[in-house]
Amino acid sequence: MLTAVLGLGQIGLVAAIALGWASKKFAVDVDARELAVNEVLPGVNCGACGYPGCSGYAGAVVKEAAPINLCPPGGSEVITAIARIMGLEDDVTEPQVAVVLCQGDNRKTTQKYIYTGMHDCNAANNIADGPKQCPNGCLGLGSCVTACPFDAIEITADDLAVISRERCTGCGLCVTACPRQLIRMTPATATVHVLCNSHDKGGVVRKYCEIGCIGCNICKKTAPEAFKIDQFLAQVDYAHDDDAAMAIDKCPKNCIVDFNSTYPDGSKFKPASIQPPTPACAGKDLP
Amino acid sequence: MDKKTFVGGVHPPDCKHYSAAKPIEVCPLPEQLIIPLSQHIGAPAKEIVTVGDQVFKGQTIANATAFVSVPIHAATSGRVMAIEPRPHPSGKLLPAIVIEVDGEDRWDPSLKGLDVAHWNSDELRQRIKAAGIVGMGGATFPTHVKLSPPDDKPIDTLIINGVECESYLTADHRMMLEHSEKIIDGINILRRVLGVKRAIIGIESNKPDAIACMTKAAAAHDIEVQALEVKYPQGAEKQLIDAVLKREVPSGGLPMDIGVVVQNVSTAAAVSDAIRLGHPLVERVITISGPAVVEAKNLLVRIGTPMEFLLQQCDGIKYELDKIIMGGPMMGQSQLSLAAPAIRGTSGLLLFGHQDLPHIEVGTCIRCGRCVTACPLHLLPATIASYAILGRFDEAEDYCAHDCMECGCCTFQCPANRPLVQNLRYAKAGILAKQRRT
Repeated sequence: MLTAVLGLGQIGLVAAIALGWASKKFAVDVDARELAVNEVLPGVNCGACGYPGCSGYAGAVVKEAAPINLCPPGGSEVITAIARIMGLEDDVTEPQVAVVLCQGDNRKTTQKYIYTGMHDCNAANNIADGPKQCPNGCLGLGSCVTACPFDAIEITADDLAVISRERCTGCGLCVTACPRQLIRMTPATATVHVLCNSHDKGGVVRKYCEIGCIGCNICKKTAPEAFKIDQFLAQVDYAHDDDAAMAIDKCPKNCIVDFNSTYPDGSKFKPASIQPPTPACAGKDLP
Repeated sequence: MDKKTFVGGVHPPDCKHYSAAKPIEVCPLPEQLIIPLSQHIGAPAKEIVTVGDQVFKGQTIANATAFVSVPIHAATSGRVMAIEPRPHPSGKLLPAIVIEVDGEDRWDPSLKGLDVAHWNSDELRQRIKAAGIVGMGGATFPTHVKLSPPDDKPIDTLIINGVECESYLTADHRMMLEHSEKIIDGINILRRVLGVKRAIIGIESNKPDAIACMTKAAAAHDIEVQALEVKYPQGAEKQLIDAVLKREVPSGGLPMDIGVVVQNVSTAAAVSDAIRLGHPLVERVITISGPAVVEAKNLLVRIGTPMEFLLQQCDGIKYELDKIIMGGPMMGQSQLSLAAPAIRGTSGLLLFGHQDLPHIEVGTCIRCGRCVTACPLHLLPATIASYAILGRFDEAEDYCAHDCMECGCCTFQCPANRPLVQNLRYAKAGILAKQRRT
């Protein structure tokens, strides 16, 4: 009995000394700031900053002096918080949201062939440039939905991707997921967009899409500052888009949309008033 | 004669009875030819004619732009109507030269054969490139590239591919029966270019008449004829080498790495024409077949002839079409319409109605392993397909997805009808895209 107690006691003593020594000897020096930065980051590990997860970015901010404005989901609040922790000046970037520049769902556009393959836009786009007659339109198979960590994208019943302006954090992952480059990052304050991505001539667009931009120049005549026409496609100039809304009713193809008042047909998302998107870290106590 | 083969593969119904007994017919000239600038693997050719130009048959109308590229020739005499994007067999709109046919079919008077006295490797290779000759089995890899092995890779054997393992196709079969002398002549030229003595013609044993015909023609020329077991994909380059020589091409390698060059029988015939007569590759034999076509035929077709016109030559169709395949049923390309033209790699045009097609439902994988047994490259198709569906291309690459030649044996064999080769193709595209990014 006594032997057992003593024996175990000795083992415990030796182990305690060894562990105590090891904890001193091999102590990892964690910067308190790194922990604090990690704490204020949203913690969704979306990878939009380019670092492996939120803790990777926190480490990079502290050790490698990485820019503090790389977290789009966190928005301006996180930037301010990191700036305070690091003793830096605020470098607040304008919040951005992603917009799908297409309204051509299956009812409004024509198809080249019936696609029955994998449910993935990249796979479909590899086969004869995709089933859609329009070479730049949304394929509606949801590669962007898979890429979005915030559940901010839906595919409508007629196969069109629509992004919620409230849920989008501007991380930009959907932009790289889309094989047709029709998702753009735009300033969150700009709600009027030309929802078309086809540079084809008007006559060609008319053949395959009811709602595509034909490059008729009417929007540019109505609001010369707000629009630019590049190869038969109107685009909003987001630097001077104050008058852009004036052209909405003038557009003969209805391809200019104000997300403040309406979403593309078939979308379940509801328009909200002009507000920057709610950051994912909202509600957290910031130091 | 013993029949050689490789490990793996499948036995699809061969369906060659539609056209195997039909002699090659010369297809008349259509009103216009649509000649795409991209008909081969490698860089597209660059046009050197302008709209309105008068061209002769065989005149070069587009130049090669890189080493792995070949020039394009006018397939008949006429006037250049347009140079614009036109439907291409790949389903895309790609730039093509449209020629209004004048019906006179005059050869370019400057085209002349090469004197035997001037036959040396470089000159022959130059001629073969200038004639625009590509692998005519369907892969359309420029022939002069295959014939230019680097000095550290000595070639000891030339294999001539007369297998034609795809169902329905009989174009090479008819070539061997009707043009055996020309093929043998082409083989002799190819041997001369490569400086090799040994040449073997591989033919599947379901073509005994072709084997007999080629054996007779080859007897005086020290060329072997090897009968091969009837199995798909016996005519795939690496499987043919494996069957004939028992040598394995390393992963990511080429046949020249193990001292072999493989050429198709039709390519050999085209080489003979290019050297003896100076005629570039402007026509080829195409099998028009399938249950929906009224009269299946083997037609000698000008490159650029619209498929619609080819179908008219076969008295049209019996019922409404549901599927058009250019090439063989296993590896051919499904077509959007009949508007695209026949190109250098077109070995067949197959037409099917609704009732001829299987209407299948995709089930779940039951881990039976039949795809693994069938895969002639000994890959694990089901595993790679799972990774492809998940978008995990790194793992797919670890399982050598990039070695897949897309023969379709896995999908053919799958009892659950899973689209395995489609997923593998997606994985290959994903791996390529990833490599391009880094």
